[in-house]
Amino acid sequence: MMTNPTGRVTQGQFSFLPDLTDAEIALQIEYGLRKGYAWSIEYTDDPHPRNTYWEMFGMPMFDLKDAAGVLLELKSCRSTFPHHYIRLMAFDSTRNVESVAMSFIVNRPAKEPGFSLIRQEVEGRHINYTIKGHAADAPEGERYGA
Amino acid sequence: MATALDTPAAGAITDQKKRYTAGVLKYRQMGYWDADYVPKATDTVCLFRITPQEGVDPVEAAAAVAGESSTATWTVVWTDRLSACDSYRAKAFKVEPVPNNPGQYFAWVAYDIILFEEGSIANMTASLIGNVFSFKPLKAARLEDIQIPVAYIKTFKGPPTGMIVERERLDKFGRPLLGATTKPKLGLSGRNYGRVIYEGLKGGLDFMKDDENINSQPFMHWRDRFLYVMDAVNKASAATGEVKGSYLNVTGATVEDMYERAEFAKDLGSVIIMVDLVVGWSTIQSMSNWCRKNDMILHMHRAGHGTYTRQKNHGVSFRVIAKWLRLAGVDHLHAGTAVGKLEGDPLTVQGYYNVCRESYNKQDLPRGIYFDQDWCDLKKVMPVASGGIHAGQMHQLLDLFGDDVVLQFGGGTIGHPAGIQAGAVANRVALECMVKARNEGRDIANEGPEILRKAAQFCTPLRQALDTWGDITFNYTSTDTSDYAVTPAASV
Repeated sequence: MMTNPTGRVTQGQFSFLPDLTDAEIALQIEYGLRKGYAWSIEYTDDPHPRNTYWEMFGMPMFDLKDAAGVLLELKSCRSTFPHHYIRLMAFDSTRNVESVAMSFIVNRPAKEPGFSLIRQEVEGRHINYTIKGHAADAPEGERYGA
Repeated sequence: MATALDTPAAGAITDQKKRYTAGVLKYRQMGYWDADYVPKATDTVCLFRITPQEGVDPVEAAAAVAGESSTATWTVVWTDRLSACDSYRAKAFKVEPVPNNPGQYFAWVAYDIILFEEGSIANMTASLIGNVFSFKPLKAARLEDIQIPVAYIKTFKGPPTGMIVERERLDKFGRPLLGATTKPKLGLSGRNYGRVIYEGLKGGLDFMKDDENINSQPFMHWRDRFLYVMDAVNKASAATGEVKGSYLNVTGATVEDMYERAEFAKDLGSVIIMVDLVVGWSTIQSMSNWCRKNDMILHMHRAGHGTYTRQKNHGVSFRVIAKWLRLAGVDHLHAGTAVGKLEGDPLTVQGYYNVCRESYNKQDLPRGIYFDQDWCDLKKVMPVASGGIHAGQMHQLLDLFGDDVVLQFGGGTIGHPAGIQAGAVANRVALECMVKARNEGRDIANEGPEILRKAAQFCTPLRQALDTWGDITFNYTSTDTSDYAVTPAASV
């Protein structure tokens, strides 16, 4: 159990709030669509803070303009990877942005063991730090139970 | 075809023999005033607010500003004739009374691109604000705004990281970033200081921050601070699974000291360093280059700016400082809160934010933006709102500034009655619930207090924060406001 005030990984826009219902997720998707963003779904069982590339659940949905369609994909991802972290990401292709504009977690494992901090003492008082997921020793796909 | 340079300026003496006879001429006679001048695409155009002494003609005063900020001296010199002097002369080309401010005039002055060394803010400022602000025939002068030609912009590299890449590095999207300045500003030992950092970051903040006057004093040597802070940052990152940072202020007595401190911050794995505005333009550009080479975000604290930006009749507007800093290359810039404890009219502050964040600024007089400015894809600066703000103002802050801002709650985190972590939780919950509500289409400017109260039902720290600070406001009249009233749009 993680000891931060939420007891869980706090990445994304809404980790400090109660989990969003599907109806609330749909409102966020609609906001992104109104802004012209493209939604995509990504999942992982390695939520290390510097793990940039989660697995893509299909391609970004550039041509999908309907929140129900995005939710349908999310449901499919959840049933395939019920114990993984899943995030919804919105991409903004506007010139001088061309990056992620929204990102929030919509599925998590029941238990989040979190990370350890490994301190390697080097010269003088200098310490090299490594953050390591407690679940990361298990092979991919077997980290948070079947 | 005749160019602007061939046209004799109105008021200028065109007979070369008369023009260069030894003695004193009026600035407008020397060629620093040309009502017909049309600025070239490569000219820099400055808008000055001038208050001439009694009896000084405003056009002559404007010509004097042009003269004293470019080539003129007080008397005629024959050595002008060894140069293409007419092209080196800045040209005042328009003067207008400032609305509702008797005795003050706006003066527009154009500068040829040859006047400024490429990529040097130090050189540009030495001309534009070098001598002219002490010039006796003016009671006061203020550089209100500046339009910089794309040709000159392209001689600068701009922010080393930029707002977009910063978000990618930190993995934080779609919401303002949250920070806090460690308090008390002075007196904590390295060990005590790191405690505040750890609590704030673990509680939910993205950043903690050194204050502007934390360098390397007897109570806390800089190396000690960096070591304890980075232990706290890494421990908080492991506790939350998020990238965290703390602005390590590398400001020191010499640039060599600053490089040494920056190198140590990099060795310890910090994602960000900090520099105070008081170090000066050349040092800022040097540190910007260093950050570019070392994958570092550069946080700029505008320490000292109030001495020259605040009074409307004299100094340099902060919007000009912000433009120069975007060119010089900083990633974060304190740009005001509008609702907090420090000076700032909301529209004027929004103008500063637009200078930092837009790819192209359109003229926007109510926000104090006098010129269109094409930034030629130069990276964007993340503005920072810091100083006397708290969770109870979250709806106002999000409504005023949108997502691309760092909101820094120092006292509003560390002063929380249930502790620093609780303070951080209150701010993060307030932020997330407000972003969520806005995205859902709620009218946060009006429904904000209700949205916060509802979130406080599941979040005790937020309820405690609202009970403590909910009614605190800093409603003082701003000194630096636009001279142009907001006019309602003709059609909605």
